[in-house]
Amino acid sequence: MTPLPDRISAPEQAATADMAHLAKSVFSPAAGRKLRRHVLAAGRHVLLIGVAMAFMLPFVWMVISALKSNDMVFSQPIQWWPNPPRWSNFLEAFNYPRFPFLRLLWNSVFYSGAVTIATVVSCAAVAYGFARLRFPGRDLLFMVTIATLMIPGIVTFIPTFILFKALGQLGSYVPLIVPKFFGDAFFIFMMRQFYLTLPGELADAARVDGANEFRIFWQIMLPLVRPALLVMAVFMFLWTWHDFFGPLVYLSDTSQFPLSLGLFAFRAQRDTYWGLLMAAATLTTLPLVIIFFIGQRYFVEGVKLTGIKG
Amino acid sequence: MSGFRSPWAHLSLMQRREARAGMLFVLPWVLSLLVFTAYPVLASVILSFTDYSIVQTPHWVGLQNYQTMFTGDPSFWPAVRNSIYYALISVPLGLVASLALALVLNMRAAGISIYRTLFYLPSVVPPIASTIVFIVMFEPQSGLVNTLIRLTGLPAPAWFSDPTWSKPGLVIMSLWGIGATTLIFLAGLQDIPRSLLEAAAIDGAGPWQKLRNVILPLLSPVILFNLVMNVIYSFQVFSQPLVIGGTTGAPFESMLMYMVHIYRNAFRYFKMGYASALSVVLFAAVMLITLVIFRSARLWVFHEESGPVA
Repeated sequence: MTPLPDRISAPEQAATADMAHLAKSVFSPAAGRKLRRHVLAAGRHVLLIGVAMAFMLPFVWMVISALKSNDMVFSQPIQWWPNPPRWSNFLEAFNYPRFPFLRLLWNSVFYSGAVTIATVVSCAAVAYGFARLRFPGRDLLFMVTIATLMIPGIVTFIPTFILFKALGQLGSYVPLIVPKFFGDAFFIFMMRQFYLTLPGELADAARVDGANEFRIFWQIMLPLVRPALLVMAVFMFLWTWHDFFGPLVYLSDTSQFPLSLGLFAFRAQRDTYWGLLMAAATLTTLPLVIIFFIGQRYFVEGVKLTGIKG
Repeated sequence: MSGFRSPWAHLSLMQRREARAGMLFVLPWVLSLLVFTAYPVLASVILSFTDYSIVQTPHWVGLQNYQTMFTGDPSFWPAVRNSIYYALISVPLGLVASLALALVLNMRAAGISIYRTLFYLPSVVPPIASTIVFIVMFEPQSGLVNTLIRLTGLPAPAWFSDPTWSKPGLVIMSLWGIGATTLIFLAGLQDIPRSLLEAAAIDGAGPWQKLRNVILPLLSPVILFNLVMNVIYSFQVFSQPLVIGGTTGAPFESMLMYMVHIYRNAFRYFKMGYASALSVVLFAAVMLITLVIFRSARLWVFHEESGPVA
């Protein structure tokens, strides 16, 4: 190191001491590693933030556009923040007679809620049978169940539609909800994987004590699989909220529509009122975003569960 | 019962009791398989040989629907081409993008769980809402995307107004929803033992070699799973192209995906027989493709016990 000049003032001395300290800490091997780590960490965050912003952009753009007047949505140059923000879009979308938001919201809550309950109840029981009880033909039946996952939905949809039409159930939620009370191949598969991870001793002990299979299921197994039941509930709710094809085919009256279908109908009628349409899209998405942030643990964990573990 | 050995014969009393309980647990699902899967699949095949307008009883027409499909329906081949184009581009691109994203999200960085949450957020947005947002963003004259493209001086395509650019637009949109695939990859990555990667590093493997020789082989079963699922889903894409192009697949049938074509025939024209024939062909195609993928998997999917089978 170059020798320091003789006469320096106290603050300068402190400063040079600091610099020397800094230099030492930067150039020592241990500190070098530390610095390298910091640079790497910063680089990672720049990468993560960059990609995250690209992913968030359409989302952000939806909310921004929902606060714009019709000319502002496509104004040049880009308006990143609407000035002034048109909060009235939400009020207008809310009160637009062909998009009765509260009614649509209730329909979505009802539809998603009913399908969720039906799926959770039926799949919890059916998967238990597949995972924990032995009966002739079980494994073949399970193979068939997995195979049905590959059948495109439309193949079963058309005859099922004809069936429900013959039963006079068009224009009702019956065809959309009732079949779910009999199970769902995907969630039976997922729940079975989860039951298989549980130790068998508890059930065996209960069996020796004379408990029947239904008590074992209800009092011992169900409490143990609660996290998986929540995962199933969260995903089924989300997917049913997204569902569009079923309601599109079965429902015909706006007052029955769930939000997705209501939004589709809204766009078909007023496809030039972009600000309003964006407000309606935001309103359709908002409940899910709230649920997502409350249940995010279950979403992230759930995708791992629903993967191919086990 | 002479000559027929019941599978029950060799079971003990306890085992019989368990088997009875097991069958009771899976009973709802067996009913569902019969009523909502087996019967409709069979009915679809039978209906595909009939002319059925839903108001009149179906009458047998033999192979006429299939003949019409291949030689008489001017929209059939465009729909097939559109769907193959979409699957062929969106699936590989989606897999590469979601794997890359999973690798990024698998890094050790402060607050990584926040990033993981953000990447799943787009998958929470209902498809109808996200499609409307993308229509606004891809507006040719003054939408956000083209305004940004023009800033760089590049020519801006007309996206959903141009038959050559509408499908690339749809593919870009699909990339926004890779959250679920990414999280399944991420779960797979987290199952790779750290010790293996450290051993590779000690042997002097760089990041690329680690990816090529350790991560990809161990992840190959997950890649297979995601590939099969995404291929099956991509052939059934419906909501997005319907919102963009309506039932005619505008512009110029470029958005006429196979599912939109089935929907139009079944629920607009009420040609149930013809629509069933279309869905049987989709079923056969999906089965064939899945089979080919599983066959090819022998060459590239790594099994931990034995290494690649080939």
